[in-house]
Amino acid sequence: MKKLVLALTGTALLVAAAVTYTVSARHDTADAEPAAALTLAPGQLLFRDTATGRVGAVPLADPQAKPRLGELKCDRFAVAKGTAVCLAVKPGTLPAITDVLVLDDHLAVRHTETLPGTPSRARVSPDGKRVYWTLFVTGDSYAETGFSTRAGLYEVETGRLVKTIEELPVFKDGERYFAHDVNYWGITFASDGNRFYATLGSKGKTYLVEADYGRYRGKTLRENVECPSLSPDGKRVAFKKKVGEGAWRLSVLDLGTLKETELAETRSVDDQALWQDDRTILYGLENAVWAVPADGSGAPRQLHAGAASPAVTQDPR
Amino acid sequence: MYIAASRTSDLASGTDRKPALKRVSANVLALGMVSLVTDVSSEMVTAVLPLYLVLGLGLNPLQFGLLDGLYAGATAVVRVLGGHLADRWRRLKAVAGFGYGLSAVCKLGLVAAGSSVAAIGVVLAADRTGKGLRTGPRDALISLSSEPATLGRSFGVHRAMDTVGAFLGPLVAMAVLALSLGSYSSVFFTSFCIAAIAVLLLALFVRDRPGGVDRAAVSARAAFGLLRQQDFRRVALWAALLGLVTVGDSFVYLVLQRRWEIAATYFPLLPLGTAGVYLLLAVPLGKLADRVGRWPVFLGGHVALCLALVLLCGPAYAVLPVVALALHGVFYAATDGVLMAAAGPLVPAGLRATGLAVVQTGQAVARMLSSVLFGLAWTLWDLRPAVLVAAVCLAAVALAAAFAKPVRP
Repeated sequence: MKKLVLALTGTALLVAAAVTYTVSARHDTADAEPAAALTLAPGQLLFRDTATGRVGAVPLADPQAKPRLGELKCDRFAVAKGTAVCLAVKPGTLPAITDVLVLDDHLAVRHTETLPGTPSRARVSPDGKRVYWTLFVTGDSYAETGFSTRAGLYEVETGRLVKTIEELPVFKDGERYFAHDVNYWGITFASDGNRFYATLGSKGKTYLVEADYGRYRGKTLRENVECPSLSPDGKRVAFKKKVGEGAWRLSVLDLGTLKETELAETRSVDDQALWQDDRTILYGLENAVWAVPADGSGAPRQLHAGAASPAVTQDPR
Repeated sequence: MYIAASRTSDLASGTDRKPALKRVSANVLALGMVSLVTDVSSEMVTAVLPLYLVLGLGLNPLQFGLLDGLYAGATAVVRVLGGHLADRWRRLKAVAGFGYGLSAVCKLGLVAAGSSVAAIGVVLAADRTGKGLRTGPRDALISLSSEPATLGRSFGVHRAMDTVGAFLGPLVAMAVLALSLGSYSSVFFTSFCIAAIAVLLLALFVRDRPGGVDRAAVSARAAFGLLRQQDFRRVALWAALLGLVTVGDSFVYLVLQRRWEIAATYFPLLPLGTAGVYLLLAVPLGKLADRVGRWPVFLGGHVALCLALVLLCGPAYAVLPVVALALHGVFYAATDGVLMAAAGPLVPAGLRATGLAVVQTGQAVARMLSSVLFGLAWTLWDLRPAVLVAAVCLAAVALAAAFAKPVRP
């Protein structure tokens, strides 16, 4: 009898503790600030505000300014030419399900795709006609932390959806590459809207794949390249190069000469780099957005704290 | 649920009027309850961990997949150590309790680790260590708290309760995420509280080594001596051999998904199908094992897996995946607890935890090897040939084990 009382009392106390903690966490994440109406007007740095998960904006000319926070909540966010994409996990879904929101220049939702997985990367093609993403997919093994990636894209004008580019025929040294464990992540399109690059992961190696969207085939260019990002002039690819287990270094590859340049950021960066322009590369690291020169010179500089998933609207030229 | 089910089947048969509940000792039910509550706690964390790593911390989870495999290997060693220490100190409950406690504290560790990758790695390793430490002593307690004639039923009840917890875990995690507006630390903290309840239940209701005290000398030498004992050695050996030709879960689900093009959204339902059948059949098959012999049921489970593999290679009819999943569940229900029930009586009571841990570790290491080999076969020969070869190997080893009969009924 005494044991039963002890057990019930203990259980009640522990349950109360859990409920109190959970309910108080509710207030921490509640938003106080009213939402600003954000647009994709030129000259802005947009990002995910890490405290609230909302999309925020600051002038690119004054990135330390107090941000205006919009209504939209995203886990990954990207823009190009009047189109934006927002990857947002549906709350309370396990395994995770993600909404891919395609947005117009006033961040109004034009289209929604709901896909299984956890957001990892998002981008919009330079012409604003395609959005593409990478999701982490789980459930391959019960009660284990096993993951694979799924990279897909959506054509904004035609409404065509490619859930995964896994079926893309890829050639390695002239031969068709087959493997059961093919994973793709981090797509980046050229300004012609046809040429694109992606990471192919298989058998413990990663490759840079160059592909033709119209003919839908690709070839491997180089090993140990992850999360490529094509420069606005289309001549260089910024990427994260694996330098150790769980450690990556930002580098830039010249596609003409295949010469690699390590950037001045020496910390490990696990993000898809973003070209602010042909000279500067942006990335998220340690809950802040950073900038570093693309030619390997200089030093990293913090643009905005409490931010991730940077996106820029270009100045009109 | 399972208790009610087994009771009605008993009454219906009319041969046995005693309620099933009465014939499973209170200690086994208490241990089952502890496992149930612990599994709610651990499956909560398993369910949100990928989300937390990627969204909360911005990490690349592919690395964690590799790390996880590493931990699985390390726990095999810890398991034998846990069993041995429990026997040596004659404190089964204390060692199991330490394992449960360590895993519970690790949930708080996840809250404290923040965004440090190294700290999260250490916490996850400690969590796995706790799991490894407790398994041997816990199964020894179940074994020592049961009548030898109804060991299969006892393990069946325990494993069924365990599976109920695994079902509830993700649901509780979803509820906490919804209530806290997506706070991961709330999930970890709640998981800690639930794990602490399990430790409390263990401390209050589980009795250490009921029955007479065994006078067998416990030393490292005696532990190794177990392997010199013919009956025990043969069971451990055959269990490991069968483990070597067993195709791992994730491969079974992957084959199912590829061949029937199951949408990724429904993919996580496949393991739930297996677990559901396991839950329903753990007790009935445990009882069957008590009646007709544990080794035949254990081998029957492998036959079920073999049939499932053959079905996976067959024509792509829509009903086949359902049948294959059900057979996969039968495989688990007929092997997991039943092997412990078969091996238990072969080990002197004083060495029970060590002995069971040795059998489990042999099986686990063999299954790890089998995963590597199957992955290789898949890459070399493609999917269907690999599955067929695996089915043939499994059938051959199961047939040999049937002739060898390492356990006399």
